[in-house]
Amino acid sequence: MYEIIHKKLLAPSIYSMDIKAPRVAKAAQPGQFVIIIVEKSGERVPLTICESDPEKGTVTIVTQAMGSSTKKLVAKEVGEHIKDFVGPLGKPSAFVNEDIEELKKKKILFAGGGVGTAPIIPQAKWLKERGIAFDIVTGSKNKDFVILEDRFKELAETLFIATDDGSYGFHGMVTNAIEELVVNQGKKYDLCIIIGPMIMMKFTSMTTKKLGIPSIVSLNPIMVDGTGMCGACRVTVGGETKFACVDGPEFDAHQVDFDEALRRQGQYKEEEIQKDHEYCELVGGMING
Amino acid sequence: MAKFTRTPISYQDPKERIHNFEEVCLGYTKEEAIQEAKRCIQCKKPTCVPSCPVNIDIPRFIKKIAEENFQEAAQILAEYSALPAVCGRVCPQEDQCEKTCILGRKGEPIAIGKLERFAADWAIENKLSLGKTNEKNGYKVAIIGSGPAGITCAGELAKEGYQVKIFEALHEPGGVLVYGIPEFRLPKEKIVKVEIENLKKLGVEVETNVIVGRTITVDEIFEEGYEAIFIGSGAGLPIFMNIPGENTNGVFSANEFLTRNNLMKAYRSDMDTPIKVGKTVAVVGGGNVAMDAARTAKRLGAEVHVIYRRTQSELPAREEEVENAIEEGIIFNFLTNPVEILADEKGWVKGIRCIKMELGDEDQSGRRRPVEIEGSEYEFEVETVIMALGTSPNPLIPRTTEGLDSDNRNRIKIIDENGQTTRKAIFAGGDNVTGSATVILAMGAGKEAAKAIDKYIMEKSLQTNN
Repeated sequence: MYEIIHKKLLAPSIYSMDIKAPRVAKAAQPGQFVIIIVEKSGERVPLTICESDPEKGTVTIVTQAMGSSTKKLVAKEVGEHIKDFVGPLGKPSAFVNEDIEELKKKKILFAGGGVGTAPIIPQAKWLKERGIAFDIVTGSKNKDFVILEDRFKELAETLFIATDDGSYGFHGMVTNAIEELVVNQGKKYDLCIIIGPMIMMKFTSMTTKKLGIPSIVSLNPIMVDGTGMCGACRVTVGGETKFACVDGPEFDAHQVDFDEALRRQGQYKEEEIQKDHEYCELVGGMING
Repeated sequence: MAKFTRTPISYQDPKERIHNFEEVCLGYTKEEAIQEAKRCIQCKKPTCVPSCPVNIDIPRFIKKIAEENFQEAAQILAEYSALPAVCGRVCPQEDQCEKTCILGRKGEPIAIGKLERFAADWAIENKLSLGKTNEKNGYKVAIIGSGPAGITCAGELAKEGYQVKIFEALHEPGGVLVYGIPEFRLPKEKIVKVEIENLKKLGVEVETNVIVGRTITVDEIFEEGYEAIFIGSGAGLPIFMNIPGENTNGVFSANEFLTRNNLMKAYRSDMDTPIKVGKTVAVVGGGNVAMDAARTAKRLGAEVHVIYRRTQSELPAREEEVENAIEEGIIFNFLTNPVEILADEKGWVKGIRCIKMELGDEDQSGRRRPVEIEGSEYEFEVETVIMALGTSPNPLIPRTTEGLDSDNRNRIKIIDENGQTTRKAIFAGGDNVTGSATVILAMGAGKEAAKAIDKYIMEKSLQTNN
């Protein structure tokens, strides 16, 4: 059992939670993820690591309550426990193994969408600690859903916030924001790291391809074990089948078959809606109330 | 003549059992077991024993059953095997002990597996404590993986007095016994859980949710004070065919399909993990895993076809499982191989294109090689495809452990018959050394490695003390 040490509401239905998991906290590297099981009847859910503190032995995850499992997770309070918490899984971000001096010459842009902006933190922190500068652009539905603004400001050379409805920052989507930075403001980037919902990653990849910026995406397909033993998370990258949990989750964005990935991600949509419905009845709407 | 005819055993009616996940074979009653045990002619030089990978003294435990002394029968089994209730159920006895039973020459061999199961189940029902443990010797041994190899190695070492800890990647221990073999062949609560509880009673500690190579490395395990490590991480990576359409929605590896059902209990409405099967399912392959996947899909309400490129006589699955599958209405498409999976406009499986095969010349292993018949391609409608083509070892541990060699198929190299790897103090055994094999072979490897680990640590301690 893994104790919840800290819990914070970041935006409507988006929570940050620190979980006590010393082994994971010690081993975690940027780009990796964990799999959790909330309670006995639960399913295995992959979540990207948003921060880890080896001294406190805690790992931070940021979740948006969307389906039954994430709703059950955010309903947990400080002092309560999560049944299983395993990781770190997947390969660390490729830059971890690159030459620092070479990295310093590169201009990196992070592009985050929705709840997917939180997993930028461990990568951004790693780069910042090594004196490598970068910009961050985030996209959110509206002002209420802008998360971790202060945290990103500390880390990034420039933080560029976009909202779909223009209620805060730049009016437009992440794709528009990147075009604004590159085309109108004349910024140049050697690498773009894209994290967010699959559909956002697809369109952002198309934009960076058009702009000629090499890009990496952190894919989030359906997973079961997360250790390479089932292939539920398989994706086609450069025409080859890869298992996101062991070969990724980060891949060359311009090589990913996003249409296939989106289709595969929706395989259990009906069942998810069904489960979600049952759960909402179970807690009498407490979650949304 | 009764001497040459096996005592019949009861099975759940196929018409009923395809609607549930309860155990199919009901096992011998006391009377039946005694009757079957009395058939054993108690050979002076038994031919069954050398064919058992852990060399159980078969005539001795059978004699005890014949004498109605079930407790001693179970105790004899415990001397040789950590998991008799499991092996009695899942061993391919027809290719092992029962194959060389002398009675098999003129009639039916003794039902050794069913008798083993009877004695082991009796011990479980009567809560018999079988493990005798030596005094603790103060040395720590780590085991990676809680499948049959790891469980056996851990049990043997704990009995010798070692402080043993198993690191398991999944959230439940048991390996293939919990995620692979279905409930209707191997009950989880009644059998697997009890066997693992027995292991814990010997003092073995199990830490779940630890992926060696990610959560901790082999070298970090040594830093925690362990004298030796046994790697029993199995062969868990699924093999796909690499044919067009394999990533279509509705195509599973057998590992995913079985993990969802067995480990995550997706067939139960009170569990959160979903599973989806269409009206018609194709399972590709002919091993035990293919039978398990086919019979599971049947229980989820589908019409199930097994597609196998050779003929029924080459099926690698156990005879009993094939018979059970046929009784349950599984349809076999022999001499058939898929060449493409067909998708509808929304990207879901709508059919499978296959080619007919014929058996050609013998290959190096002596099996006749299946050859495609040109122009024989045909399609049929299915909504779910399950690939059960075998598995290979996970390369994570050799990749993250300096000096631990593996071959080009990711099998960990061992340098002697005791499971010694290319690195000192690290031993390995089971599917990660052999490629996917059987439960009992993994247990045999775990047992041999336990002996070698004991010898290694004792010799080392002598040297240090001198």
